[in-house]
Amino acid sequence: MLTLHNCLLLSALLFATGVFGVIARRNVLIVLMSIELMLNGVNVAFVSFAKFYPGSSLAPAGHVFVLLTMAVAAAEAAVGLAIVIAWFRNRKTTDTDDMRSLRW
Amino acid sequence: MIAALGIRLGDPAAYVFLAFAAMTCGSALIVAASRNIVYSAYALLLTFFGVAGLYAFLDADFIAAAQLLVYVGGILVLILFGVMLTHKIRDINLSNETTNPIIGAAIAGFIFLALAYVSIYTKWDVVERTASPTTGEIGKAFVGKYLLPFEASSVLLLGALIGAAYLARREKEKP
Repeated sequence: MLTLHNCLLLSALLFATGVFGVIARRNVLIVLMSIELMLNGVNVAFVSFAKFYPGSSLAPAGHVFVLLTMAVAAAEAAVGLAIVIAWFRNRKTTDTDDMRSLRW
Repeated sequence: MIAALGIRLGDPAAYVFLAFAAMTCGSALIVAASRNIVYSAYALLLTFFGVAGLYAFLDADFIAAAQLLVYVGGILVLILFGVMLTHKIRDINLSNETTNPIIGAAIAGFIFLALAYVSIYTKWDVVERTASPTTGEIGKAFVGKYLLPFEASSVLLLGALIGAAYLARREKEKP
């Protein structure tokens, strides 16, 4: 049951769900959540490869990558939400279709 | 189908794994498809819990704890703050539409099928790692082989947090 195939399928499903959310949703907060879903999917793939390809050394490189990804995800969430809140304060919207002030 | 997934009936670990997998995928679908943004945020909580359970299944004890601490304790609370600061809780219809669900579903389905094809039809020569505590090894790896990425990520985190605090602070009142 706990095989590499199943774990990779699960991570692919999480990643595809995140892609759907990013493309199809208009609320920028849902887009941020979907990005977190995609990052989690990739992390599941990393951890399952660390489980099923232990490598020669004892240090699990997959786990190290996952921790670095978590740091980047935390930074991304903080900056993304700061931008969303600053935008909402100025324009009163969280709709991605309204965010076109850089387009003429 | 069930045999293809390698389920042996009567193996309790299989059922727990299936439950975690179903929880993760189902709540991820709710996150991406729910009309109510508060439901999405709380479904994200379930997704993070499910992923943490999968990490525990995959013998990644430290990663599972870090997932709970960082994602559930940090990122999810940040996202909930974002939801509460930009919406009224009762607002269901406030700009929460889907724009192009067909294109989105097509691209997501294509990506899923490609990844599933690769993961099923590649001949992985799997060596299963025996369960052992990983915390000490991760710590040694971070101060040894992976010292530079560790320091770089810490500087990135510091810069991002300073930038986030600068971006989100309230403008000073003009006299």
